[in-house]
Formats: sequence, structure tokens, C-alpha cells
Amino acid sequence: MDLLEYQGKELFARYGLPVPEGIHAATPEEAVAASEKLGYPVAVKAQVLIGGRGKAGGIKIATDKTEAHEHAGDIIGMDIVGPHGEGPFKVHELWVEVGSEIESEYYTSVILDRSEKKLLVMLSRMGGMDVEAIAESDPGALVKEHVDPIEGLAIEDARGIVARSGIPREVAEQVASVLVKLVEVARAEDATLIEVNPLIVNAAGEVILLDSKVTIDGNALYRHPELSELSDGVAEDPQEAMAKERGLTYVKLEGDIGVLGNGAGLCMSTLDVVAQAGGSPANFLDAGGGSKADAIVDALEVITSDEKVKAILFNIFGGITRCDEVAKGIIEATARIGLTMPIVVRLDGTNSEEGLALLDEAGIGNLHHESTMLGAAEKVVELAAAGRENSA
Amino acid sequence: MSIIIDADTKLVISGLTGREGTFHGLRNRDYGTQVVAGVTPGKGGQDVEGIPVYDSIAESVTEAGANTSMIFVPARFAAASINEAIDSGVDTVIAITEGIPVMDMMPTYWRAREKGVRLIGPNCPGVLSPGKANVGIIPAQFFDPGRIGVVSKSGTLTYQIGNELKQAGEGNSSIVGIGGDPIVGSDFIDILTLYENDPETDLIVMVGEIGGDAEERAADFIAKSISKPVVAYIAGFTAPPGKQMGHAGAIISGSSGTAQAKKEALEAKGVRVGKSPTEAAAIAVETLRSI
Repeated sequence: MDLLEYQGKELFARYGLPVPEGIHAATPEEAVAASEKLGYPVAVKAQVLIGGRGKAGGIKIATDKTEAHEHAGDIIGMDIVGPHGEGPFKVHELWVEVGSEIESEYYTSVILDRSEKKLLVMLSRMGGMDVEAIAESDPGALVKEHVDPIEGLAIEDARGIVARSGIPREVAEQVASVLVKLVEVARAEDATLIEVNPLIVNAAGEVILLDSKVTIDGNALYRHPELSELSDGVAEDPQEAMAKERGLTYVKLEGDIGVLGNGAGLCMSTLDVVAQAGGSPANFLDAGGGSKADAIVDALEVITSDEKVKAILFNIFGGITRCDEVAKGIIEATARIGLTMPIVVRLDGTNSEEGLALLDEAGIGNLHHESTMLGAAEKVVELAAAGRENSA
Repeated sequence: MSIIIDADTKLVISGLTGREGTFHGLRNRDYGTQVVAGVTPGKGGQDVEGIPVYDSIAESVTEAGANTSMIFVPARFAAASINEAIDSGVDTVIAITEGIPVMDMMPTYWRAREKGVRLIGPNCPGVLSPGKANVGIIPAQFFDPGRIGVVSKSGTLTYQIGNELKQAGEGNSSIVGIGGDPIVGSDFIDILTLYENDPETDLIVMVGEIGGDAEERAADFIAKSISKPVVAYIAGFTAPPGKQMGHAGAIISGSSGTAQAKKEALEAKGVRVGKSPTEAAAIAVETLRSI
């Protein structure tokens, strides 16, 4: 789960990390009230889960009440597109914070390095730009060090990282302390990524964390109830929200072919094969091991609530899952929902013959079955194209 | 031969008394695996269909001669169980449990390495050596004994490929599910090394997916250290960046971890990559028959 900037900063503050004082706002009026309370100048910042907000016009400085109102009005409702074309992300909330006079900008992050199976601390005296850009323009300016997986980061090691980064001695101790605490946050809060860009030195010589990007391991949310209650900006999509509520693993995509598979790998593979056949998948949905009728009804309701969907592909390989159970689920689900759009089913593995016999018996007019993954993908692409023509 | 498990495997199952643990534990025994013990703290002295239950894994090692442990306990307690297994005296730990926090797995990974214990998983379907032993949840009916070694991040995708190999008349020395989590005990490289040294394996099928760089590192390793032919399949070409595709590890961050990058890395080192599971299986069969 990704945290919004202010959520990350609130987390940092709990660990005694220095962040600017700020107040959450969802309307221009709230933004003005927050600004009046904090004192000018303030930074009015869009809270969306994407980088490049500044360039997109999502961060503005207000020096008085009129500006605060105006900026907040401009930013709320904006669509922000990420630097790599992600999104657009609509702005629903703001973080209004005390303006900082920036003397220097640094970059720091703590990430899970999967290859090394350790946390990796990165620090650069060049902040405010992408880490990729830092690494490209001046690789020597990016200091990287792995953290002992048992002991964490000792202050002596943090001092070593800071010394190698070339960050001035006057602020070195403050920066070293930030690194130690960020590693503590990562370990204690199950954060697999923490990025602070920029980490600044203000006019008073204080080191402050001016931004935050934090990803929390979804598997560990059970031990962070205060984090799991936070609104998840990503799940704003209606289908994703609906799937989350029903405990389904669903990811919305851009196309018009609904896909349901069992197992994450097979499901990803199904999307690929649909794309190879010339189609465009509308979603990833892993029905998981069980795939009983209720689960299939839930899944079909989520898939078909996406109005783009013109046809549906079921790709099931029964291992522990029995195909006859899946077939019963499909029959019951299509009857309950009263689906009219074409469905292509490919059932293979345990009890697949029994399953296919059940489907034949049920005689569902809009249901087709295919024996191979590729055949099923080609069929569903053809049916979706026909559906597009009909609705055009 | 085969790798990791065989007829000499003596299995102890943590979580045997749970519903899933009982179901799969008994299936493993029915397949012919020597299931010598179950472990549930506080239930020592009981039995599950004749399999004795102990309070600790260490006890099952001294009392029942267990040499391999399977972890089937809920995610919150799983890392502690894996740690217990690592310290117990078994030489292999196979962790099936899904959803273990990565910060729990990090110290556990290093503990296993330090003690020299082979850890497979977590969040994996287990290991099957056809005709010899089955540890985990892999449905054995899709795999015959044979000369193809399979290593995979994914469960159902592996069954799919196994079934296609079987229909083409080929079988497997072993099938290893390494799991789809960000930190797993054994990587492609570890398993490729075992297959390279296994005289009964003539060809290796490697099934990867988006996320991390295990496939890219495997590609370099294959070029340097693997003499047997390797055929690969990668899932997730249509996965968008930043979205997690089911497995905790299946997420593309920035430009790294894409299926395309993995395919190119493998092909650059001479590994043939199938466009679909079916094509990968067909290439494997064709290559095996031309050896």
C-alpha cells in the first residue's frame, strides 16, 4: 500500500523525524483556514500517489489568504499525469504546510533490495530530481549501502554514508540521524520503500524531510491497524474498490475483454495470450484456489460492472481446484446474474471432462468452450470485436 | 536421481493438524512420501491418521528421524516456524504459507543461509519429484517421471506446462516452485545449479514472471555455469507498471522487472523463450528430442 505524502510525513513525525508543520484540507475554505493557522507563506500541495506534482502545477506557494484560496481551487480537481505517463490521478485532497526556505536539496531513500535480500540506503547531495537522473548525471554523487538485516543501521555506519556523500559537515550529524531513523521506520512499520526527495537544509541550517513516498507491505498491514485504515488513493477506481470489498485480487486494465483465471501466474499469462491474439484485456482477476459459485458470482459482477467489457474469458487450470466445481459455479453465476455477453471458457486439468459435460448440458447460449489457451483467446477476441461492432 | 526431495525424504509438517495441513499432508503421504511427523505446539502425543504429532520440529528430528520440514502454518506465525525448522536439524525447509511479511522473511532468509539449510518458498506450491516424493500442494497427476527439470515462480502456470509436457509424452526429474514473493529462500540460480548437477536431468524449463531481477541474474548465470539446455517462459507482458499482479513480488517498479527485459536478457544468453506456456512446452520437447 502506498501512502500519500502527508500520511508518510505523519508516520515520520511519530519517529521524531523533522517534517514541516502542516494541515490536511479538502476544500479551498479548509485550505484558507489551514493557511491562516500556519502563517504565510504556505505550500499548497496536491495529495496524489505520483511523482512530478511540482512540474504538473500541483504544488504552489501562497503568501496570503487570496492566493491560498485561489491555489487550492486550482489544484483540487486537477488531473495529474506522472512523469512516465501514469494516471491521470485526480486531486481530491491537499496538504497545506509551512513554507520552507531551501538552502540545499538532498536525496535519500531506504528500499528493499530484492537481489541482496537486504535494505539498501541511498543518499545523494543532489536532490530535487529523479534518482535515475542523479545516477545518470553523476553516479559518484549517489552513495549506496546495504543495511545489516539483523542489526539495522548503526549511527557509525550512517555517519560513514554521509561522509562519502560529500554533504557538508555542519549538517552531517542531522542527516546521519535521519538515515538511522528512516531505517527504523522501514523495519518497524514494514515499509519496503521510503523515499525523501528533497531532504532539505533550510535557512536556519535545519535538516527537514520536505517530501515523502512510502510503500507499506500489504502482507504486514494486520500489525499496523492505524495504517490499514488510511484511505488508499489507488483503489478509487470503482471496480477495484468493489473487488477489494469482496476480497478479490483484481487489477483494472484499459481493454474490453474481461479475464478470469486461477493463480497469479496463469492469470498474467492469460492476459499476455489475449494480447497476442490481438485483444485488449480489461482486467486481471485471480479467482484463487476455491472458485466456488459465490466467488464466481462475485468475480463476474466486478468484471461486468466495467462498462467497457464486451466479452469474458475464463481460463481455469484445475489442480487442487476441480473443474466440475468451477463449471457449476459458472452455470449458477450466469443464471443468477443473467449475463448476456459472450463468455469463452477454457477448462483444463482435474475433472475437466466432467466440467465441460456440465457446461454442455446447461446449454447456455452465449457460452463457448475451447480446449486450448490460445484457441480460447482467439475466440474471445473475435467475440469482443463483434460486440464492439454491434454497439457502434 | 531428482533434486531436493526423493524416496529418502522424511517429512515433518508444521501445521499438520490444521484443515489445509491435514488435506495436503495426507495427499503427500498417499503419493508415497514418507511423512514421519506433524508438529503443533501443545498437541504432542496426538496423531493425524497415524502420523505422530510432536510439540516441536527438533523433537520430530530426534524421535522420528525427520530430515525435511514443510511449513503450513498461518502467515503471522510462519516465519517463527521456519526459524524453528532452520534450528531443528533438518536440512531442507519447504514453506508453502502465503502472505508472510517481507520484514519477517529478511532475517529468516539470512538465518537459513548461515545455518546451511536449504529453504524453498515461502508462498510456493512446493516440490515434486515424480515417482518418488511430493512435498506441498502440486497436483501430481499432471507430471510423469522423466528428464525435464522445472523451476517456477508460479503454481498453476507450472501445472499448465507440466500437463503439456505430459501430453507430449515427456516427464520430469523434479518440479520446484520457488514462490512469487520478494524474498524467497531459493532463487532460480540455486535450483539451476542443482539441476546442472543432477544426472537424471537433461533439460531445464524455467518459468518466470514480472518483478525483481531474478530472471536477469539467472540469464547471466546460465551463460556462465549451466551446460544443459534451458527453455524459459515469462508471464506478465501486459502488466502495467506500479500494479501488483497477485503475487507480492509481481510488480514492476520504474523500468525494471518487465517481462520484456527478462525475455531479452534470457535470449541474449541463448535461452529460448516461449511466447505462451504451450509454445515453451513445445520448444522443450523439441529441444530434448534433439539432444
